[in-house]
Amino acid sequence: MIRLEKRPQASRAFSLATPVLAVVATMFFGGLLFATLGKDPIASIVTIFWEPLFGEFSFFYRPQLLIKGAPLVLIAIGLSLGFKAGIWNIGAEGQYIMGALFGAGVGLAFYPAEGFHIFPLMVLAGAFGGWLWAMIPALLKVKFGTNEILVSLMLVYVAEQFLASMSLGLMKNPEGFGFPGSRNLQQYESAFNADLIEGSGMHWGVVAALIAVIFAYVLLTKHRLGFAIRVTGEAPRAAKFSGVNPTRLVLFCLGTSGLLAGLAGMFEVSGPAGQVTIDFNVGYGFTAIIVAFLGRLHPIGILLAGLLMALTYIGGDIAQSQLGLPAAAIQVFQGMLLFFLLALDMFTNYRLRFGRTEVA
Amino acid sequence: MDLSAINPLLFVAGFLVAATPLIFAAIGELVVEKSGTLNLGVEGMMITGAICGFATAVETGSPLLGFAAAAVGGAALSLLFAFLTQITLANQVASGLALTLFGLGLSALLGQSYVGIKPPRLPDINFGPLADIPVIGPILFTHDVILYLGIILVAATWAVLKFTRAGLILRAVGESHDAAHALGYKVVRIRTLAIMFGGACAGIGGAYISLIRVPQWTEGMTAGIGWIALALVVFASWKPWRLLLGAYLFGGITQLQLNLQGAGVAIPVEYLAMSPYVITIIVLVVLSRHKGGAPACLGRTFHASS
Repeated sequence: MIRLEKRPQASRAFSLATPVLAVVATMFFGGLLFATLGKDPIASIVTIFWEPLFGEFSFFYRPQLLIKGAPLVLIAIGLSLGFKAGIWNIGAEGQYIMGALFGAGVGLAFYPAEGFHIFPLMVLAGAFGGWLWAMIPALLKVKFGTNEILVSLMLVYVAEQFLASMSLGLMKNPEGFGFPGSRNLQQYESAFNADLIEGSGMHWGVVAALIAVIFAYVLLTKHRLGFAIRVTGEAPRAAKFSGVNPTRLVLFCLGTSGLLAGLAGMFEVSGPAGQVTIDFNVGYGFTAIIVAFLGRLHPIGILLAGLLMALTYIGGDIAQSQLGLPAAAIQVFQGMLLFFLLALDMFTNYRLRFGRTEVA
Repeated sequence: MDLSAINPLLFVAGFLVAATPLIFAAIGELVVEKSGTLNLGVEGMMITGAICGFATAVETGSPLLGFAAAAVGGAALSLLFAFLTQITLANQVASGLALTLFGLGLSALLGQSYVGIKPPRLPDINFGPLADIPVIGPILFTHDVILYLGIILVAATWAVLKFTRAGLILRAVGESHDAAHALGYKVVRIRTLAIMFGGACAGIGGAYISLIRVPQWTEGMTAGIGWIALALVVFASWKPWRLLLGAYLFGGITQLQLNLQGAGVAIPVEYLAMSPYVITIIVLVVLSRHKGGAPACLGRTFHASS
């Protein structure tokens, strides 16, 4: 007879080991999945995890790691603050879109003027757009007690329609020969979020992501607000007694995560993506949820998890072109990772006991 | 703009069809939540049901077999959620999200070779002379068997929850899992069965979209209906008949905005297309004033020793 016994204290060792074990388990079962699709499992896994880092064309793929990792880390850091406190913002995808639209909107409004003030204004606008979109579920939750999960998610679909409307209407390139999509910001110097060091993939979004990691780390370990976040998640009643203001916490957590998601969207649209198009968003807002959990809601963990997830995106693309692995297989692979993580997390809080249960 | 292009009879008949996927998904989730579990994976189970049903219907030529396969597919995926939340005691919100992310990927993978195919049609039930009654006939008696099954399912769920011992036990588990456990009820087993029921219903709801409402397969075609179903359960205060009413309301709105798009109203298509989501939010806000009705143990993890 196997049964679970609650640990008096969460195991630190397992807390660190589960993400690693989950990755290993996902590699194994992901390999099985690829095998059933008729692909060589070993070759697929090697292509996904090794090729981008140390393969023949790694000089091309390594910068991609930063480009794809930055938005994931930026969004996941914001989400993790809320998740820690039991405030579930799952509409980061919508906030990402709104940030991109606000940021690009400001940039396009200035076209063709050049100037140093344009890019900082775009950054502010992007952050504001994401913050604004996240404030809707936050205020509704605070004022009316509506469920922030459902509201933030509904707003993703609203934002997607808004994006479609913008790229086909207001922001459409007047010199674009009727094609949908805005002007390409990469060709507009004052608005272009270019690599800080040519070809390194290191754009302003990467810098922002690193700052966010440090900011979150300091907040959670040194600041009273960070303490309020942690204690609310771990012991809501204790938080009440210690004088935590839940209203402020909801506004702060949702606002910050929206702001960071908006920044991520803005840096993406003005840099790697370049233009507002109907399908410019690729689901970073949802993948960031996996990143946040894989990183154990810890800033440093999220940084590592974000890089790993970026690796699966890039490796997935390579596997798609070289081995014909379908894009959806990578999505399944990423979903699987979250499953294994959640399942294995049991060992952090419980231990297995073998043998008969004795009657006391 | 030409509003006269909207045929009121077709419109009403159409919104009954639009509401059916919601009815299935929401009534399944209602049972799951009544047992005290919050499964946010409805969207993932729906889309998995949509492709399982579609693929089976295309391969066998039988839409009814398709719906059976959709129920099996949805239930199978929900077992993953049951394993995570009931056996490994994982957080229910996170597990539900995982289920949705996984389901969306899995369905896209399974559905690759089914894009652009027309599924076999499920014929409408022949009610004979009933269908010829003016007004009522075309609205009520020109539908397929699954649509009626949805309404019967709501009635059956209501009756089972209200009048039977099984329903009482399910509610007891949802209101106080510790008390139910102390009485000797198998909390984990009952919740697992409820979760599987919810998965099967969501699967059928998804297949109704891919086989009847649209009917074809495209990636991510459920487009948030699973999430609206979750909102609908809150809207209905966990009461089956109110859920039916709510589903028709949403079905009506969806159908209306589609009809307005078709009629060429001066509002851009994108803004019409956002309306069901915006209205869901508004309804959630309006209803948030009178709380209550939620099962007391909703979303809480059960562990026998604690």
